[in-house]
Amino acid sequence: MNTKETYTISIYSEDNIGLLNRISAIFLKRHINIESFSTSLSEIENVFRFIIVVNMGSDQINKIILQIEKQVDVIKAYYHTDDETIFQESALYKVKSSSLFEERHIQNVIKKSHANIVTVSPDFFVIEKTGFRHETEDLRKKLVEYGLLQFVRSGRISVTKSKMEISEMLNTFNKK
Amino acid sequence: MKNNNESIKISGAEAVIQSLLAEGVDLIYGYPGGAIMPIYDELYKFQEKLQHVLTRHEQGAAHAAQGYARTSGKVGVAMATSGPGATNLVTGIADAQIDSTPIVCITGQVASHLLGSDAFQEIDIIGISIPVTKWNYQITKASEVPSILAKAFYIAKSGRPGPVLIDITKDAQFEEFDFKYEHCKGIRSYKPVPDLNMESLKDAAEIINKAKKPMIVWGQGVILGRAEELLKEFIEHSGIPAVWTILGVSAIPTSHPLNKGMVGMHGNYGPNILTNECDVLIAIGMRFDDRVTGKLETYAKQAQIIHFEIDPAEINKNVYADVAVLGDCKISLKKIIPLINKDTYSSWIYRFDSLMEIENEKVIQNDLFPTKKGLTMGESIRTINKYTKGDAVIVTDVGQHQMVACRYTNFIKSKSNITSGGLGTMGFALPAAIGAKMGAPGRQVIAIIGDGGYQMTIQELGTIFQTKTAVKIVVLNNGFLGMVRQWQQMFFDKRYSSTEMVNPDFVKIAKGYYIDAEKVSERNDLDPAISRMLSSDKPYFLEICVEKEDNVFPMIPTGASVSDIRLS
Repeated sequence: MNTKETYTISIYSEDNIGLLNRISAIFLKRHINIESFSTSLSEIENVFRFIIVVNMGSDQINKIILQIEKQVDVIKAYYHTDDETIFQESALYKVKSSSLFEERHIQNVIKKSHANIVTVSPDFFVIEKTGFRHETEDLRKKLVEYGLLQFVRSGRISVTKSKMEISEMLNTFNKK
Repeated sequence: MKNNNESIKISGAEAVIQSLLAEGVDLIYGYPGGAIMPIYDELYKFQEKLQHVLTRHEQGAAHAAQGYARTSGKVGVAMATSGPGATNLVTGIADAQIDSTPIVCITGQVASHLLGSDAFQEIDIIGISIPVTKWNYQITKASEVPSILAKAFYIAKSGRPGPVLIDITKDAQFEEFDFKYEHCKGIRSYKPVPDLNMESLKDAAEIINKAKKPMIVWGQGVILGRAEELLKEFIEHSGIPAVWTILGVSAIPTSHPLNKGMVGMHGNYGPNILTNECDVLIAIGMRFDDRVTGKLETYAKQAQIIHFEIDPAEINKNVYADVAVLGDCKISLKKIIPLINKDTYSSWIYRFDSLMEIENEKVIQNDLFPTKKGLTMGESIRTINKYTKGDAVIVTDVGQHQMVACRYTNFIKSKSNITSGGLGTMGFALPAAIGAKMGAPGRQVIAIIGDGGYQMTIQELGTIFQTKTAVKIVVLNNGFLGMVRQWQQMFFDKRYSSTEMVNPDFVKIAKGYYIDAEKVSERNDLDPAISRMLSSDKPYFLEICVEKEDNVFPMIPTGASVSDIRLS
């Protein structure tokens, strides 16, 4: 039986409007839920990088990668398991300022979790925590007791342990 | 434009025309409207160099562009305005995507400052067409026109071909800029043809040389790759029996002794049964569609599979390939032929022939030489064969007539079978036949259509009449949506839910468009009517009233194994 696993898909692509839709449509067509999706510039100028986290069967993931690579504006796509990547998520927590002074224990919570205070204002303060899902999630659960006004967590960002040879690929193309 | 590298100031709209001319386009299909008027104004000025065919519906323009592409081997072009014009193209674009047909569609769009304002006839055609295009792009600045159109043509025709849609805002059509055209020679993120791996080629040859019961299954990839002659050489050199998918049919002449027929749901008896007996299955330019494989869990499990394919995403998608030979089949076939030993496989080939004898006795004779009163679709095709001798382009729609036409047409030349395979688009044939005739003006083009599909795009009779395109239209009228009715009979206990059609006087309709037309329902009238139709040098309509409740056999019921193919 083909069991499901978490995969991190890395896509190097051109920066074209609509590519995000084109890639998400590949998952939509196959009724696959995307756990998280983030995009930014990559290490190469004018090359974008998508990081997509999905939970799917091992027999499907390779097909999905080939469908993604088939898109004209995609330079290269890879998939990795968690132990092949270094990955993090960032979370922001907005808490009412009064709790910082009235409930001294919150200071210990922040300190122990190695979170940073980003800003403090008379009404609220904002904490930032980057780490694994269970770490940002633990902090969320703890802060709920102190009146969590807002919470948001980013999609996963990740780099691979193995080398990505995108620059080499692009150089080969330029030499042609 | 004398020199492509010389730049001159022109509008975005004129740049579209200049770019099309630079790509060698001399014929496009389309329908004007508000957001594409600047381009149509330029078309008016360039009408001597660039012919525009006004179809009667944008879907017709897309299908005509497909038909043109499939017979000419060139890129078909369709144009439409924004909003409904663009959405009406979508069915044709989707059909081109799934059947790998190179077309470029150009749509007008509201001015860029109106994007997102729900302006009159504004639609997000880029968003809508993403899943059905190989690539699409919205131009909002005139200066993008030449490079984007160059890219569009390059992408549409290279590698595995497909449809490209370019949406151009109205302000970009009016804007002036310095025009300069350069053909696209490559895109860094796009590798149209994967590198051929000689090791896998050698592995494939080794497996083939050890095979006792090998079978070739070829598809349209052979035609798209212009590798028909090499496939023939491969078949003849190796002595391996070969069978085809519906889109591949005309690549090898029907009468070739090693051409053993069609695979799939309504394919031939032998090829389907022997799929599950062969020891090596050599797939060339085909993608193991579910209509070919039937139940995947029991498809050719005993065989080693060798897959010649240009699109890496097709490898192991449906059927696991023991050896995948990626690349252009024209190159890989050429390289593998010298590595293959010649054999006769006589007892294996005898299996095909003896199963064909059974099919012939149980199905084919009754189809082609019926003794009962009513006309059959099969005898209609047989009579057409008699006069064309196989030298005609057969354009089919979707349904029973399509299966019968593909099974029984005698093909002698490649690019002679134009049909909607993957999408199964009823209404495809009539407009596609217009394009097919214009793409191969010297050839006889016969559209074979059911009474259902015919009425989905019947308005294109107007295009045929106006352009005097000498297509021959055969409607095989059984007064039913025949294929659906067949399924209702077989699997839904004869509950004929919404499949019976009360039809109009088709002859009168054709005559209303000043197209010569006649109708036959008696056997004695069939042959002379087909003879009259095929000897006419004008468009011609022939309605053949066939048996109402005939079924197409053989048949693999959905979800059944290919070897469970039924003869009745």
